[in-house]
Amino acid sequence: MAVIAHTAHKDKLAIHRLGLWLFIISDSFLFLGLLFSRFYLQGVRRPPEINQPLGLAISIVLILSSLAAYRGETAAAYGDIKRFRRNILLTLGLGALFLVGVGLEWSEAFRSFPPSTGYGTIFFTLTGFHAFHVVTGLLALTVALLPGQRARLQEGNSWGVEAVVKYWHFVDVAWVFIFPTLYLVS
Amino acid sequence: MRKAIAVVLSLGLVRGMLVGMAGAGAGMGVTVLLRAALGLSAWNPGPVVAIGTITGVLAYLAGLGAFSYWIRWALVAEPSKEGERHRYGWTRYLCVDINHKVIGIQYMATSILVIMVAGALALIFRIELSTPGRTIMGPGLYNRFMSLHGISMVAATLIGVSGLMNYLLPLMIGARDMAFPRLNALSYWLIPPAVVLLLTSQAAGGFDTGWTAYPPLSIKAPLGMQLMLTAFYLVGLSSILGGINFLTTIFKLRAPGMSFFRMPIFVWATLATALLQIVFTQFIGMVLIMLLLERLLGLGFFDPAREGNVLLFQHFFWFYSHPAVYIFVLPGLGVISEIVPVFSRKPLFGYKAVAISTLGIAVGGTMVWGHHMFAAGMEPYLRIPIMMTTLLVAVPTGVKIFSWLATMWMGKLKLDTPLLFAMTSIAVFLVGGLTGIPLAIVATDLDLTDTYWVVGHFHHTIFGGFVFPLMAAIYYWFPKVTGKFLNERLGKLHWGIMTVGFFTSYLPYFWLGLNGMRRRVYDYDPGLQPMHLVATVGGFMIGLGFLLLLSNLLVSAWRGARAPANPWHAQTLEWQVTSPPPEDNFPLPPQVVGSPYSYGVPGSVHALMPPGGAGEDGGKEAT
Repeated sequence: MAVIAHTAHKDKLAIHRLGLWLFIISDSFLFLGLLFSRFYLQGVRRPPEINQPLGLAISIVLILSSLAAYRGETAAAYGDIKRFRRNILLTLGLGALFLVGVGLEWSEAFRSFPPSTGYGTIFFTLTGFHAFHVVTGLLALTVALLPGQRARLQEGNSWGVEAVVKYWHFVDVAWVFIFPTLYLVS
Repeated sequence: MRKAIAVVLSLGLVRGMLVGMAGAGAGMGVTVLLRAALGLSAWNPGPVVAIGTITGVLAYLAGLGAFSYWIRWALVAEPSKEGERHRYGWTRYLCVDINHKVIGIQYMATSILVIMVAGALALIFRIELSTPGRTIMGPGLYNRFMSLHGISMVAATLIGVSGLMNYLLPLMIGARDMAFPRLNALSYWLIPPAVVLLLTSQAAGGFDTGWTAYPPLSIKAPLGMQLMLTAFYLVGLSSILGGINFLTTIFKLRAPGMSFFRMPIFVWATLATALLQIVFTQFIGMVLIMLLLERLLGLGFFDPAREGNVLLFQHFFWFYSHPAVYIFVLPGLGVISEIVPVFSRKPLFGYKAVAISTLGIAVGGTMVWGHHMFAAGMEPYLRIPIMMTTLLVAVPTGVKIFSWLATMWMGKLKLDTPLLFAMTSIAVFLVGGLTGIPLAIVATDLDLTDTYWVVGHFHHTIFGGFVFPLMAAIYYWFPKVTGKFLNERLGKLHWGIMTVGFFTSYLPYFWLGLNGMRRRVYDYDPGLQPMHLVATVGGFMIGLGFLLLLSNLLVSAWRGARAPANPWHAQTLEWQVTSPPPEDNFPLPPQVVGSPYSYGVPGSVHALMPPGGAGEDGGKEAT
């Protein structure tokens, strides 16, 4: 049992981890509600114009970015700063590529099912909420590259990296549910 | 002069509001220019104000200094903690301060302020309702006041329970502070802009949808609606961040020996409340954004012409808003469980059952949202299951009521103001619960829905579960918070006036409801007037009670009798430290060795305090 000012590093880490997990659990209910809305309003209807290959491509990009993030996290835990930076930069690049893909997807969708239509409402909201999470994830990953976290890594404290990478995985897993819901179900 | 300006600018709130207004102006200006550049009509209030709200709130938080530590954390390995502590006196309450006791008081003060404003609105439209037809205002203004009263009271209640939990939780579990003190400060500071937005909504046309903001009405309502939605989004965000903090604190920062079944019931209530906050607030946040998207960007969630469905809103709204009433009342019920044993000098009857019933209410309360929609055309197959689950919630609630009664039974009752208020709470909450049964049963609900019966039931549950327990809590913990007693005679007068006033005001609602008075309606049949008049008189008595409380708070804080560390001879941990508590609560952690409520058990003790503190005997019962 811990008391805050005298908390050992290990206890502090446990506190931070629990807080992050509670945040992720809480946030996942947001996506649960969004997925529910899709089936409530649209059932399993899916417009034929939806670009499945592009959807699959950006899904793969996002999953690869999670792999890179994982490698970066492991490198950070072992104190290998060079490798950590390389992998997190790769994650950032793949995340940005994913956003470009979503942009392409949106420009196509605007023509075939704009946001003012039934399916467009669902499509743009789900992908929009997710893209917003991707943007926040990219910002958080960037913070992990700033001097503060680098200095902490040199002291053997990789919590900051662990936290942003866990969040990134969460954003990735959310997409794993959103992709079939929007692109495959019918 | 220059010095005075420097002092005022050193107050985070002032700085935040100034920078926030500049940020909002800049955001709106840039949006107008962008729109002009893109060839759109430059001034479209909806989107321009939406962008201005976002930039304004962010600028306000930055100007306040809510992000300062995190920015330093991003840039250096060991960020300095300057400006976070070492501020004493009243100015710390207007700055970002990370001490949970300061934040608790900030929440409480804000809550009481909002209650006063929303209560004044209620009195104004109660005057309007005292005669049929026009009395003092037209129907449009009546609708706006009624709506603003509802949503402001909901916000005030959320803020109030956060205040209670913030102040008491770390003290009760023997922690020095919350698990995430800076996040805690951020949770509080999201509230002032929400209050400002709620009030400015009236300058932007207000909103006339009632507090529920059902579409399509809320899609068509004026700009004020949008400000109300963003305000409530901020309150919700604060609530989620608070919930994460409470849960982490309970799980990780309990004092040595504080096992789950040695936690005070208020801590159990906080646990259950925080679980509801982190899970269900997400749904209201989402649905508020959906409303905003439909208003601003023309999406079609709730528009049947575009495959939308208004029931989607109602489902999600009640998915949150039903558990939200448990967020409102569970801490209050926890307060009653704290106060009753102390003033009965008996152990809390059935401690474990009460603890589990708290979680039971929270879990049961998640499956009952549909009883708000029996008459709304909801999927018919949901009706009977939801009726059953709703009635089942009576079981854990009954456990609590019988526990309080059995605790008081044959006790040495000491009829001080806190116990008097707790007893009123039990009576009022009981009436609230019993009048809920006809609303839970589909057949009777179809007749009673949207009548004053619902309004009467709701006000009984919230007064019984939040307002009266809040009064009890104020009289009980004021000596701990300030080191001074509240005036007992004034307190008893306040109690008497408010109790009588409450029943005078709200018992007529049931009669009115049964006689066909629809809720939220401006005009009514002249035959209903006598009861409306009685309700208005009762409303003013409640208002008078609040004024008595306010004067008591101010006078007693100024020249009240000095309170010792443990004036009520209570055993829970917060009473084992000085009044007011030291800056970091427990210099050394206490060792918890027994139940928090073994009153009247000779020689019993909840915790052993390390030597040197104020309450070295740990509230030990005389042998």
